[in-house]
Amino acid sequence: MRFSALRILKESLSSNKNWTPHWRNPSPKSAYDVIIIGGGGHGLSTAYYLAQNHGIRNVAVLEKGHIGSGNIGRNTTIVRANYLLPGNSEFYSHSLKLWEGLETDLNYNVMMSQRGLIMLCHSDGQRDAFVRRANAMRSRGDDAQMLSVDDLRKLLPYLNYDNARFPIYGGLFQKRAGTARHDAVAWGYARAADERGVDLIQNCEVTGFNINHGRVTGVETSRGEIEANKVAIVVAGRSSQVAQMAGIRLPIESHILQAFVTEGLKPVINNVISFGMGHFYISQSDKGGLVFGGDLDGYASYAQRGNLPLMEHVFEAGMALMPMIGKAKVLRSWGGIMDMTPDGSPIIDKTSIDGLFINCGWCYGGFKAVPASGYAYAHLIATENYFHTASNYRFERFQSGYNLMDEEGTGSQHNLH
Amino acid sequence: MRIICPNCGERDIREFYYRGSENDLDRPKLEDSLLNWHAFLHLRDNAAGEIRDLWYHEKGCNSWLIVTRNTITHDVISTELVNSEDEGLA
Repeated sequence: MRFSALRILKESLSSNKNWTPHWRNPSPKSAYDVIIIGGGGHGLSTAYYLAQNHGIRNVAVLEKGHIGSGNIGRNTTIVRANYLLPGNSEFYSHSLKLWEGLETDLNYNVMMSQRGLIMLCHSDGQRDAFVRRANAMRSRGDDAQMLSVDDLRKLLPYLNYDNARFPIYGGLFQKRAGTARHDAVAWGYARAADERGVDLIQNCEVTGFNINHGRVTGVETSRGEIEANKVAIVVAGRSSQVAQMAGIRLPIESHILQAFVTEGLKPVINNVISFGMGHFYISQSDKGGLVFGGDLDGYASYAQRGNLPLMEHVFEAGMALMPMIGKAKVLRSWGGIMDMTPDGSPIIDKTSIDGLFINCGWCYGGFKAVPASGYAYAHLIATENYFHTASNYRFERFQSGYNLMDEEGTGSQHNLH
Repeated sequence: MRIICPNCGERDIREFYYRGSENDLDRPKLEDSLLNWHAFLHLRDNAAGEIRDLWYHEKGCNSWLIVTRNTITHDVISTELVNSEDEGLA
């Protein structure tokens, strides 16, 4: 079924009773060309691009729970391409371009809203660093614009510009950045993959790998054994556990990242605002809730919820930046499990086992990467060659120390990102 | 989450600095292979469930602790001092 304004009109005439499910609910076949483990954003986009770009349609996506029940539904929906380092910057640049065409590609409304993202700076040194970053972004072909304090006062009159600790010196504005509806991204990719023949198999947990003479031949699941020529792991949040079933130890420590949403308010925050020095960022959802978050809690965790000290820290940072939000009531908070790598950048690579691939380590930046990650991963699975935007996302960088992408400049070590 | 310090009793986690996996205590020798150093620096078991990791009681007794806790429930099960003869925490 193709979605269009006309279709909505037509269905409304029959009281919307004739809409059909967005995807089938198939039982697993005994064998596939490719099995993708993980029905989250990255897994679904991988399935879509395998079918769309490479014509590989005999594909199953195995999901332990239901489609979109992991981190794709537990993020703050921000899309941006403001990275500095080679290796990362071209990847996120590609991703933003895919985001811009996503609704047309998928025939699905993902509510992509390019409302612009502003990163605030609070010292001469930080402003210099932002100018450098802006130049890097522009030389790569993306948009970036430095805003003065006067510009900012017009755009964001409600900020506290004279905070004693972090007075605002300016901002780096990326107009093409913004937000997208996270669930719709999962549903859009799921529907588009399903339409192209991919089997989305929910409530199907992988319990082991079948490996013969160093080559993967299939997986054991809670719904029986399934054979495959190639198996692709993409289960951020549980990467270490799934990789361990294949005897692989990953450079990952799992951490908790909290986020919060307030009751619905009238439109007040028109952009995404990032207050990096205070570990605070915020946007307003189309429903009106202020969606905001901060930094990791800072200890290994799989709890999908954080502790109160970090919550207090985030609220304090928010109040310091924009005192007007003080009366908004927080409705919900949640935590996502982050695959933290030592350098803070992801992994899309082959493994030591032939035919077994892994995509993991998205740290706290997985949502905006969904299109480009699936695109590059599908390329790797189909051709066994690294796609040019993701050619640095390999295990060997940790072993060699070469091509590390430490965006924060803190060092390539666990507990520093 | 509160951590029971063997010296100070049950304390707020804000008093502690988190180092990471107990793995950090098994520091290779300088002449060890790059693979061993790579494993030490980067690779982690990263269990979902009971783990042992290193915390430093920065705003308390300044002791390094090995905390046994559950990463799914945030329960702290037991705490012990890192043996002062262990090397590795530079």
